[in-house]
Amino acid sequence: MTAALALDGVTKRFGDTTAITDVSLALGQGEFVALLGASGCGKSTTLRILAGLDRPSEGQVLMQGRCVTRDSAAARNIALMFQSYALYPHLSVYQNIAMPLRLRHLSVAGRLPGAARFSGAVRRTREDIDAQVRRVAAMLRLEPLLARKPGQLSGGQQQRVALARALVRKPAAFLLDEPLSNLDTQLRADTRDELRALHRDTGHAFLIVTHDQSDALSMADRVAVMIAGRIEQIATPQQLFHTPATRAVAEFIGHHRMNILPQGPAAALHPAGKGLDLGVRPEDLRLQADGPLQAVVRSRAFHGEETILSLQDDRGTALRMVLRGGSALPLPGDSVRLTAPPEALHGFDACGLRQQVLS
Amino acid sequence: MRPGLILGFGLLALGAVLVLLPFVWMVSVSLKPHAEIFTPHVSLLPQNPTLENYRRALTETAIPRYLLNGVLVTGGILILQLVLSVPCAYALAHRRFPGRGLLFGAVVAALLVPFHVTALPIFLGMARLQMLDSYTALILPFAATAFGLFLLRQAFAQIPAELIDAGRVDGMSELAIAWRVAFPLALPTVIAFAIFSVTAHWNDLFWPMIAVTDPDLATPPRGILYFRDAESGDEPGPLMAGATLVTAPLVLAFLLAQRRFTQGLASTGLKR
Repeated sequence: MTAALALDGVTKRFGDTTAITDVSLALGQGEFVALLGASGCGKSTTLRILAGLDRPSEGQVLMQGRCVTRDSAAARNIALMFQSYALYPHLSVYQNIAMPLRLRHLSVAGRLPGAARFSGAVRRTREDIDAQVRRVAAMLRLEPLLARKPGQLSGGQQQRVALARALVRKPAAFLLDEPLSNLDTQLRADTRDELRALHRDTGHAFLIVTHDQSDALSMADRVAVMIAGRIEQIATPQQLFHTPATRAVAEFIGHHRMNILPQGPAAALHPAGKGLDLGVRPEDLRLQADGPLQAVVRSRAFHGEETILSLQDDRGTALRMVLRGGSALPLPGDSVRLTAPPEALHGFDACGLRQQVLS
Repeated sequence: MRPGLILGFGLLALGAVLVLLPFVWMVSVSLKPHAEIFTPHVSLLPQNPTLENYRRALTETAIPRYLLNGVLVTGGILILQLVLSVPCAYALAHRRFPGRGLLFGAVVAALLVPFHVTALPIFLGMARLQMLDSYTALILPFAATAFGLFLLRQAFAQIPAELIDAGRVDGMSELAIAWRVAFPLALPTVIAFAIFSVTAHWNDLFWPMIAVTDPDLATPPRGILYFRDAESGDEPGPLMAGATLVTAPLVLAFLLAQRRFTQGLASTGLKR
């Protein structure tokens, strides 16, 4: 299958600084991919190169296997929803949504007011545009708002207008820059479902850029993790969580940062720890009276459903563990013994690459 | 009311009276019949108000012509200024190109140079090109305006870069973004600039005195001079009527655009 949109070995430099290095990423037809990374990791640069707003210093941008590296954003027919939504404040919702179509299908003369009266072709095009705008507006429940200006809309409504403007032209690929970052918690959850549904209904290739791993893991078919300008791993959310390819990904993914026991002391937990750093998620650590790992509780934080313990083992490594339920929690200062099931251990070699830990 | 406030308002009122008095006197004289103008006692209100002076100003002299010239010249200047400044200011604010900082520096430096300094070379150049004594001579030297460029660039710089990118993604050319996105968003600034430009060139006497000699090309202030010298001689009635007619369009325009004007000057940023 040729990818709807792909980067092939793209590097982007601004002066002396390199924003992204050798990034390759493919977005299949109808696929939903998330580009996940901390702020400043280069994901916005990647997005701008995909959209055609910036040119790569090296490498290529491909659409359906065709090189579009030098094509403008409009020529690629890629829709981009901006983080700030970037609605035209002086135009009504209807005009905002119609803008990409008017620019694409009407000449300068055809856009003049009254042009439809002189040319049947212009009239038909305009009717066509009107029908498409109303179809997308209906899909996103925007009909009652079409006459308003963006300044009169709530954040959630503005976001739907931005989605409508991006979707109205039937794009080859749909890029969303931090689509959920300006919404409050309740709206976020609803919008996640809505975006998934929109992806299912339209069948376009979606790429969302986000710094929020819950957004990425919950919505995307595949997630590309970007760290310091490089793509560390591209995998399904399940693979990413259960078999992170590098130590950096392992530490990045997960609500609670993974504990890393350095090579050597880690052997207490598993024989493989003699030659590898061993990672274990805070959720996978258990309290056990004869556990192999000895640690002292430093502090305890109650978070409702769970309680987070900060510990320090006898070699001085800081550990964290998450306990569910409120029974018999150790107090700060208590000495506890810990264990972890071998299948929950992640081994990393000196280069930070994943190595098999035999259970 | 506190005494300080009363004093403040009193001073402001006094200032307003001082500024307005000549205009009030001008209108008053323009409405008086000839016999009433030269009387030993001063009366602000005409005893027998008449429009005779206006009839004479409009029929016996070329004031309508001067007004038309004023409209053509100020309108021509404003349109050319905007046609040139909007794309240039957009490029200075939102395009990256080598020398952009230097160019903007040059624009700011040009703000400091009064027109009178460049008037002479421009005059000589136009004389060489045989363009003097024409509308071109009155309009062309003002087409490039550092002030307008500076004002518009500052306004355009307030427009978020994402909005500009949105235009690019939607398929607008750079020129289309300048005119269809940046221009409407900077409209308060554009209107403020338009008022500055129109006022300055409507009232300008210096350049029309130098550039044109043909009475048919005279702008309103230049026209009033002809009027005083030759045509109505020592008749202040029609002269004041003419002066009122020349001043009125600007005052009316200001009153109509007053809110926009103060908005344009006061707003430091664009509201989203």
